[in-house]
Amino acid sequence: MKGWLLALCLMALPAHGEEIVSGVSQSGVSITTNFDGASILVYGAALRDAPAPAWPLMEVIITVEGPATPLVIRKKDHVAGIWLNRGSVKITAAPSFYAVASTKAVGDILLPAEDAKYHITIPQTIDAAAAPSADQTPYIEALQRIRQASGSFVLAPDSVLLLRQALFRTDISLPANLVEGPYKVRIFLTRGGAVVDMQESQIDVQKAGVERTLYRLAMEQPLIYGLLSLLMAMVAGWGAQELFKRLRI
Amino acid sequence: MILYLPIAEVSVNAFVLLGLGGLIGFLSGMFGVGGGFLITPLLMMIGVPPGVAVATGANQVVASSISGALAQFKRRAVDLPMGAVLTGGGLAGSTLGGYVFDLMSRLGQTDVFVQLSYVLFLGFIGTMMLVESINSLRRTGKAQIRRSHVHSWVHRMPFKMKFRASGLYISVIPPLLVGAAVGFLSAIMGVGGGFVMVPAMIYLLGMPTKVVVGTSLFQITFVTGYTTLVHAVTHHTVDMMLALLLIIGGVIGAQIGARVGVRLKAEQLRILLSLLVLAVAVKIGFDLLLTPAELYSVTRVAL
Repeated sequence: MKGWLLALCLMALPAHGEEIVSGVSQSGVSITTNFDGASILVYGAALRDAPAPAWPLMEVIITVEGPATPLVIRKKDHVAGIWLNRGSVKITAAPSFYAVASTKAVGDILLPAEDAKYHITIPQTIDAAAAPSADQTPYIEALQRIRQASGSFVLAPDSVLLLRQALFRTDISLPANLVEGPYKVRIFLTRGGAVVDMQESQIDVQKAGVERTLYRLAMEQPLIYGLLSLLMAMVAGWGAQELFKRLRI
Repeated sequence: MILYLPIAEVSVNAFVLLGLGGLIGFLSGMFGVGGGFLITPLLMMIGVPPGVAVATGANQVVASSISGALAQFKRRAVDLPMGAVLTGGGLAGSTLGGYVFDLMSRLGQTDVFVQLSYVLFLGFIGTMMLVESINSLRRTGKAQIRRSHVHSWVHRMPFKMKFRASGLYISVIPPLLVGAAVGFLSAIMGVGGGFVMVPAMIYLLGMPTKVVVGTSLFQITFVTGYTTLVHAVTHHTVDMMLALLLIIGGVIGAQIGARVGVRLKAEQLRILLSLLVLAVAVKIGFDLLLTPAELYSVTRVAL
């Protein structure tokens, strides 16, 4: 009787008994004068109380999400011979950066219901002002297309390396045009499309040094910043004039 | 050398910015224009957001025009009272232009509005200048009588004032209006407005060519300075790092340009400037007419 119970427990365990232990290569990214993007390494392993079930196989999805901002998407139309902005759709929040790295194509290793619950794929992270209607779909598709082309949205299936159904790692590169703020790193383990475990950590992206000083001044003391910009312009302009005068003599 | 710009939030090559500044400065020194009509589209082309391009362009124009204005001032080619009247009008026009710009961005038509203004103004001014300077080049063979007094509607207005350096005794209303129109353009197009002011001073106010460049640079310095401050305070879009690099390139270019400009004839200068202005107008005009590769655009909005 006791043996039977234990067996039952062990069978039940795999669903809940897989846990992620993971790390990120750095806890923060500093944007300095010569910042040209960064690469972060996300790695980890699945801890198990019992041997892994043979089927379904474990898959890994890793997402990195930058701070969300409100947006307006506009569409140009041909009006009286020229191209004008006609339609527009307001987006209340869309991540400024979003990367999805996975062991296989996300559609094959994640059930739509789980995607809706955890907001994993790119469309799930975009909040339109109203419920997405048929009219809005091309706009939201355009947003994804534009952001993917500029490197702000990254889809990287097959980029997570999974060893022996336990160890995983991936590199995610952040572009140079990063928005400051906390970047959320999430790791999902899935089996048969269902999320078995999820872990979240954070990377802080911040401007540093001169970049930070200038940015803070521009935002917090705009008048002083503006006057400083003018002073710099005048000194540089006048200085050049004097310098050239000296050179001529 | 890659450089991250703190306000524009993009990485660009520092040498590209230095070169860009140098080119603009060269033209500024040669023609007496601020070069804003080139710098704003060029900055947008290398990925700087339009708002930052307009505001930082204005800041760069301050530096390039102050060095040009000083060079002209030493040569006694600045009509100070005229400059002051033009500046007064310019500040009023710039303020009005700011309101119109805000209205357009609320309607979501900023880029088309800016593009259309560029095509219309640059196209019109460029054509006018080109035709006029070709005509005057043709005439140079024959003996030319320059009348110092052509009485027109400009001379029948009240509030007359003596502008000694220009040899003019005219009402302050036309220069105020010219200044205001230029200030308006400065705010909506992110330009200094020299390309509008120089022909207006010559053909409308009848100022002699020798004080036109210096006086327009004088007005541009003040009006773009004002525009820079307004943008810094209301939109936080002035990127000092970007401006510094453009300025370093620009002040050097301006000095070289001023020397080259002295060697060229006024008509030749005007033909060159008008061709440049037309080229920019045509380029932007094509962008409006041709089917864009991407019909959709994404704009980050404030909370």
